[in-house]
Amino acid sequence: MTIPDISVGPFHIAVLLPYAMFLIMLAIVLLAVPLLTWVERVTLGLIHDRLGPNRVGPRGLLQPIADGIKLFFKEDILPRSVDRGIYYLAPILSMAPPLVACALIPIGAVRVDMGGGQTRSLALVAADLNVGVLWIFALASLQVYGLILAGWSSNNKYSLLGALRSSAQSISYELAMSAAIITAVLMAGSMSLVSIVQSQAGGIGHWNLFRWFPLGVVGGSVYLISMVAETNRAPFDLPEAESELVAGFQTEYSSMKFAVFFMSEYAAMVIASSVATVLWLGGWYSPVAALRFIPAPIWFFAKVGALIFGYIWVRSTLPRFRYDALMRFGWKRLFPVVLVTLMAVAFVRAYTTDPTAKSTIPPKPEKPKPVMSGAQGGR
Amino acid sequence: MSSHALSFLVLAALATGTALAVVLHRNPVRSALYLVAHMLVLAALFLKLSAQFMAAVQVVIYAGAIMVLFLFTIMLLNLGAGEIERKRFSVGFISAVVIALVLAITILGGAVWHRGLMQIATPVRDLRMGGTAEAVGFALYDPELPWLFAFELTSVILLVAAVGAVVLAGRRR
Amino acid sequence: MQPPVDHYLFLSALLFCIGVAGVVTRRNPIVVLMCIELMLNAANLGFLALGHHLAKMAGQMYAIFVMAVAAGEVGIGLAIIVALFRTRETIDVDEVTELRL
Repeated sequence: MTIPDISVGPFHIAVLLPYAMFLIMLAIVLLAVPLLTWVERVTLGLIHDRLGPNRVGPRGLLQPIADGIKLFFKEDILPRSVDRGIYYLAPILSMAPPLVACALIPIGAVRVDMGGGQTRSLALVAADLNVGVLWIFALASLQVYGLILAGWSSNNKYSLLGALRSSAQSISYELAMSAAIITAVLMAGSMSLVSIVQSQAGGIGHWNLFRWFPLGVVGGSVYLISMVAETNRAPFDLPEAESELVAGFQTEYSSMKFAVFFMSEYAAMVIASSVATVLWLGGWYSPVAALRFIPAPIWFFAKVGALIFGYIWVRSTLPRFRYDALMRFGWKRLFPVVLVTLMAVAFVRAYTTDPTAKSTIPPKPEKPKPVMSGAQGGR
Repeated sequence: MSSHALSFLVLAALATGTALAVVLHRNPVRSALYLVAHMLVLAALFLKLSAQFMAAVQVVIYAGAIMVLFLFTIMLLNLGAGEIERKRFSVGFISAVVIALVLAITILGGAVWHRGLMQIATPVRDLRMGGTAEAVGFALYDPELPWLFAFELTSVILLVAAVGAVVLAGRRR
Repeated sequence: MQPPVDHYLFLSALLFCIGVAGVVTRRNPIVVLMCIELMLNAANLGFLALGHHLAKMAGQMYAIFVMAVAAGEVGIGLAIIVALFRTRETIDVDEVTELRL
């Protein structure tokens, strides 16, 4: 039996790309999560001027594996009075949105020769949706369910309080985050993530963060702050702080279920940083023309890595917010600022002509004249 | 059976199943979770109808905000205890079921009887038509169509709802 | 081939009837509100199916407004239930039948 002769052409690449990209992004995020736990501990140690993990492997590199093995062998406790279905569902619901978002994040663009002298630019993304940004909103909203259900099903007052606080914080900062995202959408003129990145081509001056100064800076800063609050990371991590409500909504979870919550926090961090890179930092474009030879995905992940370092830096430096100060900051300080920024961006967008603007209003089709038929003429 | 028909059948079965679970389950938290699943299945059905914007908005608003509000209320009022067992087959229950059955037979019978009366319309390829955000935007904010006025009124409605909720549920001084 | 619009309309009618059955049968007002949401979603499905079939934007427009008003209505409804729960022992709709305390 002979192996049939299959030639791989640009058509095959275009068809298989979404599936391949989803698997690649999923693999990257799932592998990055344990790596991030190690990076965080080492970085925290460096900033705090103390030794980080140094027992397992060179420089503690095998620490995530050791942690995984420990968590795997821990006793899997099922408390007697929990609502069992919801108890097992909550960690799954917490881990699912960041993994689904892997399908939406574009990491680069390649030129593919379609034959016949045509080249097309294919974005390295699993799903370039026309309303991609809305799906980011949707996944951020669905992230809340894991918290609520974990606290509720644990049948434990401290867990419930921690969960309600966490989720109230999440939905409050969701508002500011959504308004900041809409600011970026307005600057780019499209809700498709690939189009938003492509509107930031041309060097660091064109990035949304530095566009229409100071509107871009304010919008980007608000997004970065609310992104930290959304993922329940320091300094906004009161609901899960160890010294406060035991472990908040995660109190009754042990071994692998706790590991899934832990991983979902880091996965959400990676995805939130990726979305920030796409919206504000120019996606996969290099900041200066001279460095354009470096491949696009390298630039993308370098920027994402810089943002994650920012996450860890902020955690190690700033003290924790008190809960009422946190809510007051979100509603009374952050949200009005971003609303004013949004209105200003809308004005600038409506009354200036930006050469990178995408949409032009097509002419209206003519209305068909109503036809009077004989049956109607008599009435 | 074509893939379209198969996916419609699967989604329709899921939608009906989750809707029945909402109505029949004793525990309100489970009902709420089944309703969330129902919203997501409906979002998939909207995608089949090429209404991409509406599908995303359905997940953001219904599954992401309204159902979270439901869950908060159920948890804060601690209504997970389930309903008081009614006297089975009381007069009220029987009459309610009869009314529901009559309504169902009327509506479903009408839907089955009048099928096939729709004329097929030819779709127009136009940036102003379709399920994308641009199409919805052009239709919504067109000054010649009535939707712009309705949009402004809706914003007033939402303001009234927000203020009303705060007033009704706030603490009495 | 997309399934014909009749299938979507039948599904919409079926979901609506399930919602009605829930509204008239359940005694927990929060579950009643959820069944009302079922009915509204069924109506949305009908709007979108017909809008797609007749190639008009009106279907999506109506669906957007139904969603927005439903959001407002759920907020007010839950606020009423919370206020009710505070003054009375129970929120069973068969018990709460008088306006006066």
